[in-house]
Amino acid sequence: MTAIPSFFTQSSPPGLTGIKAWLLTHDHKRLGLMYLYAVLFWFVVAMVIGLLIRTELMSQGRTIMGPGMYNSLFTLHGVIMIFLFVIPAIPAIFGNFFLPIQLGTDDVFFPRLNLFSWYLFMFGGIFALVALFTGDGFPDTGWTFYVPFSVQSSSNVGLTVSAAFILGMSSMLTGLNFVTTFHRMRDKRMGLMQIPLFTWSLYATAWVQILATPVISITFVLVVMERLLSIGLFDPARGGDPILYQHLFWMYSHPAVYIMILPGMGVVSEIIPVFSRKSIFGYKAIVWSSMGIAIAGSLVWAHHMYTSGMSDVSVFVFSLLTFLVAIPSAVKVFSWVATMYKGSIEMTPPLLLSLIFIYLFSVGGLTGLVLGAVGTDIHVHDTHFVVAHFHFVMFGGTGFAFLAALHYWWPKMFGIMYPFRPAYIGAVLTAVGFLFHYVPMLILGLQGMPRRYYDYLPQYETGNFLAGFGGYLLCIGLVVMFVNLLASLRHRVAAPADPWGATTLEWRVPSPPPVHNFVDKPEIMDFPYDFRQVGDNSASQRS
Amino acid sequence: MHRESDQVGIKIGMWLFLYSEIILFGGLFVLYAAYFFEHPQSFVAGGKELNRIIGALNTIVLLVSSFTVAASITAIRRDDAKRAQRLLLFSLLCGVVFLVNKYFEWGAKIDHGIYPNSETLVNGEPGLNIFFGLYYVITGLHGLHVIIGMALLAVSLFFIRSGRVSGSRYAMLDNAGLYWHLVDLIWIFVFPLFYLVL
Repeated sequence: MTAIPSFFTQSSPPGLTGIKAWLLTHDHKRLGLMYLYAVLFWFVVAMVIGLLIRTELMSQGRTIMGPGMYNSLFTLHGVIMIFLFVIPAIPAIFGNFFLPIQLGTDDVFFPRLNLFSWYLFMFGGIFALVALFTGDGFPDTGWTFYVPFSVQSSSNVGLTVSAAFILGMSSMLTGLNFVTTFHRMRDKRMGLMQIPLFTWSLYATAWVQILATPVISITFVLVVMERLLSIGLFDPARGGDPILYQHLFWMYSHPAVYIMILPGMGVVSEIIPVFSRKSIFGYKAIVWSSMGIAIAGSLVWAHHMYTSGMSDVSVFVFSLLTFLVAIPSAVKVFSWVATMYKGSIEMTPPLLLSLIFIYLFSVGGLTGLVLGAVGTDIHVHDTHFVVAHFHFVMFGGTGFAFLAALHYWWPKMFGIMYPFRPAYIGAVLTAVGFLFHYVPMLILGLQGMPRRYYDYLPQYETGNFLAGFGGYLLCIGLVVMFVNLLASLRHRVAAPADPWGATTLEWRVPSPPPVHNFVDKPEIMDFPYDFRQVGDNSASQRS
Repeated sequence: MHRESDQVGIKIGMWLFLYSEIILFGGLFVLYAAYFFEHPQSFVAGGKELNRIIGALNTIVLLVSSFTVAASITAIRRDDAKRAQRLLLFSLLCGVVFLVNKYFEWGAKIDHGIYPNSETLVNGEPGLNIFFGLYYVITGLHGLHVIIGMALLAVSLFFIRSGRVSGSRYAMLDNAGLYWHLVDLIWIFVFPLFYLVL
C-alpha cells in the first residue's frame, strides 16, 4: 500500500506542480483542503469578533468600543459565521473530500465547476473584506439586512449583499454538483439503501441549497436595486410592503438553517455507530428523516415573523408546521442514542464531540419549540433567548459536528494521528465554556434583555459578565483543540488506513488517499454499517 | 481512471441549474402576486399603458428563435454543421431584434417620465409605482438573461466552427439551447402578467 503516491504528491490534472497544482486542481480532495484553510481563517476571524462583542457587553456602558462599531461588529460576526463558516463548513470541506469516496468513485461529476465554486467562495470573501475597508464601513444592519434600514443605511450594504450573493452561488453550485454526483457517479453496485448516512445527509442538503438559494439571491438583488434606483418595492409610502421583504428573506434563510444542521447530523450518524461497534439504529428512518427535514424545513420560514403583523391564520399555520419539523429531528436523536444502547462503546475525541453535539443540539431543539409556540415567542421574541437558542443549534450543533468531523477524518485527510488527551481537554473546556456562555443568555432573554443592544439595565450585568467569562473559556478550549491538531502536522505519527475500525469506503483506501481514491475496485458491502468484519483493532495502535 | 463522457449526467446538472433560475424569477413572481392582490386596479391601468403590439411581436420573435435553436441541435445531430450555424446565427439575430424592441419600449416609457424614482411615479398612484417598478426589475432581469443566453449561443456557434461541437459531442449546444428555451419560457409568463392584465 505504501508504494502508491497520495493526492498530496500527485496532481490532477497531471503534470501540474507547486502552487499551480493547488490553484488549478480538479481533485475534490485538494479542493476540500483548500476550503478547510479558507473556512478556518474566517472562523477564527468571526470568533475573535464574537469575543470582542461579548467583552464589550461584560460591563455596563462603554467597555472597549463605541455603539457604531458594536453594530458593525455584530453584523460582521453574523455575516461571516453564516455565509463563510456554518453553511460551507461541512458540505464544502468534508462533503467535497468524502462524498465521492463514500460513493465509490474518483471525483465529483463536474470537477471544473467544483474549482469554480471554490473561486466564487474566495471571491465572495474578498468582496466582504473590501466592504469592510472601503466606503462608509461595514453594514450595521445585522445579517438579516431588513428593509427599510438596509436601504437607507449609508454603510456599505450593497457590496456586502453582493458578497453574500456570490457566496450563495458558490454553495448552490456545490449542491448541484453533489446531486449529479450522487445519481451518476455512484458505484453501480451500490443501491440507495447502501449509501452511508453522511452522503445521504449531504444529498438532502444539496436539494435545499439548489431550491432555496435563488430566493436569497433575488432578495439581495432587490436590495441592491432599491439602493441604486430607489424603486420603492418595499416602501409603504409608495405602495410597497416591508413585510414581503421579510418573507422573501426567510424563505431562503430558514431552509438555510437546515443546510447548516443536516450535514452535521450526517457526521454524527457516521461517528456514533463506529465507536459503538454496532450497526446504526434505524438506518432508513434516518434517511427519511433527512429528506423530511429538508421538505418540512422549507415550509416554516414565517415563524421568524410572529410579531411582524402577519395575519393570525398564518401565525397559526406556521407554528403548527414548525412543531412538525421537530419530529424528524427527534427521530435522529433517538436513533443515535439507541445505537449506543448495548454497543461496545470506545471513547475517542470524535465520539466525545458527537456526544456533546447530541446534548447541546437537544437543548437547542427544545428551546426552538419555545420559540415556535406563538404565546411564548411573543414574550421572548428578539431577546437574548433567541440568540442563545440559535447558538445552541448552530454552534452546539453544527460547530461541534464540524469539530467532530475534523477529529474523525483528520487521520484520513492528512495521514497522521493526533494525541487524544489535549483533544479531550479542549473538547471539555469548549463544552463547559459553551454552557457558561449561553445558559446565562437564555435566562437574560427570559428576563427581557433584547438582542443586538449596545447597552443594558443594571439588573442584566451579572448574566452578561458570566456569559463573557464563558466566552473566554470557550475560546481557550477551541485554541487547545486547534493547536493540538496543528502540532500533529509537525510530529507526524502515521495513521493506518482504518484507525477507527470503521466500515465505510473512505476507510478502505490508504491514508491519505491516492489521487484517484481507489487502487482496486472497491468492495461494496450489503449494508454500510456492518461491523462483523471489524476485528478488535484496539486503541493500542493509536496514540 | 478514464471516464467516458456521461451526456445524461451533464443534462441533469443543467436541469438543476434551470430549476434554480426558475426559482430566482419565482421570487419576483411572488412579489407580483402579492402586489397584484393589493393593487388590482393600478395593475390593470398600468398594463393598458404598455405597448401590446411590441410585446406580442417580441413573444413571436422569441418563439421563432427557440424553434431555430432546436432545429440547429437537430442539424448538428445529423452532422450538418453548416445548417446548424446558419440556424444559430438566425437565433442570435432574433435575440438582437428582441433587445432592440425592448430598447425602444423602455425608451418610450422613460420619455414619458415613467422610470424608477421618477417624479411621475413617486407622486402618482402607489400601485402604479409598484407595477412599473416590477416591470423594470423583471423585464430588466429577463433582458440580462437574454444577453447571457445570446452569449452562450455565440460560444456554441464558435465551437461548431472550431469543431469542438460536432455530431458526436454536442452537450454544449444542447445546454445553451436549454438555457435559451428557459429565457423564452420566462418571457411567456412575463408577457401576459404585464401586457395582458385583464
